[in-house]
Amino acid sequence: MKKRKFAFALSGLLALGTILGACGGKEETEETGTTTDTETTEETFSVAMVTDTGGVDDKSFNQSTWEGIQAFGEENGLEKGDGGFDYLQSASESDYVSNLTRLIRRDFDLVYAVGYLMHDAVVEVADQQPDAKIAIIDEVIEGKDNVASIMFRANEASFLAGVAAALESKSGKIGFIGGMEGPIIGGFQAGFEAGVAAVNPDIKVDVEYAASFSDAAKGQQIAKRMYDSGVDIIFHAAGGVGSGLFTEAKERKQKDPNANVWAIGVDRDQYDEGQVDADTNIVLTSVLKRVDVAAQEVAKLAQEGKFPGGETITYGLADQGVDLADSRGAISEETLAKVEEFKQQIIDGTIKVPEQPGE
Amino acid sequence: MSKRLVNILVPLISILLGLIIGAIVMAISGFSPVEGYVALWNGIFMDTYTMGETVRQITPYVFAGLAVAFAFRTGLFNIGVEGQLIMGWLAAAYVGFKFDLPTVIHLPLALIAAAVAGALWAFIPGLLKAKLQVHEVIVTIMMNYTALHVANSLIGTLSGGDERTPKVQETASLRSSFFESLTDYSRMHWGFVVALIAVLVMWFILEKTTRGYELKAVGFNKHASQYAGMNVNKNIILAMVISGAFAGLGGAMEALGTFENMSKLHGFTGIGFDGIAVALLGANQPFGVLLGAILFGSLKNGGLNMPSEAGVPTEIVNIVIALIIFFVASGYIIRVVLERFGKQRKEEK
Amino acid sequence: MEYVIEMLGIRKQFGDFVANDNITLQLKKGEIHALLGENGAGKSTLMNVLFGLYQPEAGTIRVHGKDVKITDPNVANKLGIGMVHQHFMLVENFTVTENIILGSEPTKMGTINIKDASKRVQELSEKYSLNVDANAKIEDISVGMQQRVEILKTLYRGAEILIFDEPTASLTPQEITELIQIMKRLIEEGKSIILITHKLKEIMEVSDRVTVIRKGQGIGTVITSETNPTELAELMVGRQVVFKTEKKDPNPTDTVLQIESLTVADNRDVDKVKGLNLTVRAGEIVGIAGIDGNGQSELIEAITGLRKVKSGKISLNGKDITGLKPRKITESGVGHIPQDRHKHGLVLDFPIGHNIALQTYYKAPISKSGVIDYKKVNEIARKIIEEYDVRSGEGEMSIARSLSGGNQQKAIIGREINRNPDLLIAALPTRGLDVGAIEFIHKRLIEQRDKGKAVLLISFELDEVMNVSDRIAVIHDGTIIDTVKPQETTEQELGLLMAGQSLHGKEKVGGENE
Repeated sequence: MKKRKFAFALSGLLALGTILGACGGKEETEETGTTTDTETTEETFSVAMVTDTGGVDDKSFNQSTWEGIQAFGEENGLEKGDGGFDYLQSASESDYVSNLTRLIRRDFDLVYAVGYLMHDAVVEVADQQPDAKIAIIDEVIEGKDNVASIMFRANEASFLAGVAAALESKSGKIGFIGGMEGPIIGGFQAGFEAGVAAVNPDIKVDVEYAASFSDAAKGQQIAKRMYDSGVDIIFHAAGGVGSGLFTEAKERKQKDPNANVWAIGVDRDQYDEGQVDADTNIVLTSVLKRVDVAAQEVAKLAQEGKFPGGETITYGLADQGVDLADSRGAISEETLAKVEEFKQQIIDGTIKVPEQPGE
Repeated sequence: MSKRLVNILVPLISILLGLIIGAIVMAISGFSPVEGYVALWNGIFMDTYTMGETVRQITPYVFAGLAVAFAFRTGLFNIGVEGQLIMGWLAAAYVGFKFDLPTVIHLPLALIAAAVAGALWAFIPGLLKAKLQVHEVIVTIMMNYTALHVANSLIGTLSGGDERTPKVQETASLRSSFFESLTDYSRMHWGFVVALIAVLVMWFILEKTTRGYELKAVGFNKHASQYAGMNVNKNIILAMVISGAFAGLGGAMEALGTFENMSKLHGFTGIGFDGIAVALLGANQPFGVLLGAILFGSLKNGGLNMPSEAGVPTEIVNIVIALIIFFVASGYIIRVVLERFGKQRKEEK
Repeated sequence: MEYVIEMLGIRKQFGDFVANDNITLQLKKGEIHALLGENGAGKSTLMNVLFGLYQPEAGTIRVHGKDVKITDPNVANKLGIGMVHQHFMLVENFTVTENIILGSEPTKMGTINIKDASKRVQELSEKYSLNVDANAKIEDISVGMQQRVEILKTLYRGAEILIFDEPTASLTPQEITELIQIMKRLIEEGKSIILITHKLKEIMEVSDRVTVIRKGQGIGTVITSETNPTELAELMVGRQVVFKTEKKDPNPTDTVLQIESLTVADNRDVDKVKGLNLTVRAGEIVGIAGIDGNGQSELIEAITGLRKVKSGKISLNGKDITGLKPRKITESGVGHIPQDRHKHGLVLDFPIGHNIALQTYYKAPISKSGVIDYKKVNEIARKIIEEYDVRSGEGEMSIARSLSGGNQQKAIIGREINRNPDLLIAALPTRGLDVGAIEFIHKRLIEQRDKGKAVLLISFELDEVMNVSDRIAVIHDGTIIDTVKPQETTEQELGLLMAGQSLHGKEKVGGENE
């Protein structure tokens, strides 16, 4: 009986779908028609992106990429949607491939894959769709002419954050919250630790990974432990986990306006996340990864027919792809001057910032 | 109203209700329900690619549903399908890339490894339940987290510090160039055949074998089973182990089909938890689970197309899909209520 | 004649099924009115109509001569109707008073005034000689005492008319005697009582008039003093019923079951069976009489392998079966009708056919290389269903839960006897069953004896033990304190033995009861 019920349930769905499908018939033929189109030579250039599971409003690099794409769209008078610019969110990791494929089939000229988690998906789709142009952020994929890799020397900006933290810390204890262990977050950690050590080798950075990029509760838990142990500045490179850090810091500041707690944001300027009240903010600065700038630039290159397929473009301090955000007075002038000094040395190549912890 | 008519009407009405309420939600949020549903439909059936992807999406749900349903039928609530699936995924990926064997040995070996890994992960809660009366819900929930972190750490170790295991060898892959050409490079793979076999296996175990009779008896009434000379503890453990094996095979679908490797997970896949809903949709019957998984997987896959084609944001899509599933499930509840009522009347006679 | 309650031409229908049809019941003030009928005859439905849980399709209810509509139990309470439920509705870890005021707590400025309530409960208890301690916790008092709490609850709420639903089902013989006295005392104080039961003996003993219903139909009302159990049984069942089961003299031969100084502990490791000795021979029925909780359950569980034996020896046909697994014991020739058929006897959610295979599902011809032949299962089930007259809606496919208690029990008995065991253990085989089913089951037990099987009967019903057994072993505090022959003893003597008094000490104390 029950089984039969389900058969009916499904046949019902099918029947309904047929009706809907009939309505949408026109669109269908259009879409299937375009998939086999060859290179478009029109004047407008369309761009789209696939987010990782963090979503487009992750206040981090997904959002940053989207901001870059939006800026590119504005500049070129594009509209959101087919032929303009758009994004698709991934609910789970198995959606990466289908989302990339979907956008390519909608004929976007350039598709961004945001995050190293999409490595496999990009490799797979790149083989199946040789005519598509894909740019992956935070990961290097070699040997595919239709894939450009965009990397950031986050370690360089993290180094500057480490310098600032070491100079500003009153307790002499500094914390680092990582997302998931791996080369990308490792870069943040290595740079940050090196920066701290460059100012004061005696300070040991308290490092803990949340094994997640989304578990804010875990972030708050780690932050609580660190602040309790006397740490006064915590840098996070952990995506959504970071909002737990901000929550904890803000709560402490609310309870005790004299509390000496600071957080350093990541990827975007996270100043807004740290607002306690009109004149209190717990964000010291943020390590900027100008994914928006990169996304815009690569789109421009592609539009001009100079898509860097098979290449890796690396953004560092020198080309302003990474930087520290405006501290809005939280960091003293002396410290800022010192930071500027180190910055110049890195750009000059006098200081080589390690890329992985322990290097 | 005749029983037959009710049988046809209840599911139709519940799906229709789900669609209507979903349409209202979309309309209120300022999106066109017609466009939304067209996109949903297209996301399931538009072309061979989407259909291939739909089948791919359905496959692991079948296993997760079977795992939950099997435990349910034997009186256990296995919330640990997620963790067992992760362990199965890892085991299959490992066997898949590590060994050089001909397909006839390699592929079955990878599948067996996944089943064994899932089974082992379920064996622990089974053992604790049988020997120490620790409730399996608690243990399985905790072991989901254990699985997640153990797997992530092992991926690092096995891949020499990388984010993901190497790709499985072609000899262990469920993918086929045949499906690729048929479905325009969708990730559809042979796993759906394995899933269909699993449905048959579960049906056979439960409905045909002596062991299945024992498992069901223990599930329904431990005391009567003990009185009848059955080894209750052994059956509890075995039920968990079989359930875990199904879950592990679900992981193999991801390892040998969808991804052909395993990346570090930054959160649960959700498949194991969705398996609970799939099992309930399927009334814990093997063939019901198959249909439940088809509904669930189709909606999930179709839903992905809604933001793209109709501009409906993911959040609204999730609400709409949840509504449809909710109404189908409550249609089932209505049915149960009707049946119970009928039964009571009979008892009073 | 003044009636406190009149239910006239009541008809209650569920869908197509008529549960009550044209039933009339008239309760006089100050009488005990028995409502007699088999299980499922519609007694409970009728009382639920009176209590406001169901609305009748036809008929009128009058209270003190006035037409009333009882729309819910609160209305019934206000009209002075109180129900003493068969399954007590008490909170275990609350005191007597707390339970009684539950739902109608007397409050003073928002706080419960437990002291006044407790005083009132105590007064009521004394007035009706109920002997209830108002401050005792429910979990600490006996089942009989709990029932009195239920009675107090109705009295506390001002009930004039008390409905007793199968009040003796879970009581010991002594408690039953006391309950009867309480009922008589209630009548003296001007209350009226409706007693729902299918036990003829109680009706004869306590009631003034009897209304009989059968299959939802009102059969009529008779005055108790002008009738007899045989007539009542016929009215109830609709055919002649034999009470005294006819049986030949026993012809016991070899010892089948031999129990030597058996000691068994319960779950809390308290010894419940203490050095017990017992012998059951082929061709005889040995009845174990005793008050619940004197080690019967532990004894049966030890014999059937469900409970660990602390010391002593159990042998079957000369073979030691002590400490074997239940299945091994079953296979050595023990059949067991468990005392709790829902818990141990059946998988209620299985079809009856599957249940009949519960002991044999793993053996040929049912199971072949791990696969069950359900055709064969159903074939065997159909045979047993027919032979043992198991009535069910869809034959062997009916879910066990949907069967009546009697039919469930018949299925279990059929299953056990069909295996042809040398020793058949029947624990409370007729609990909760009606006359027809009891008669059937007794016949089957005797039939087994006559076939040369050994039968061990455990029962709390003295009638049953006296009626069916060839020898009666009285159990008290974990030992058999005496073994008597039914034709050489009386219920009074057995009652004393069950209470632990040796016959050789104080003799013939009883006698005031009948």
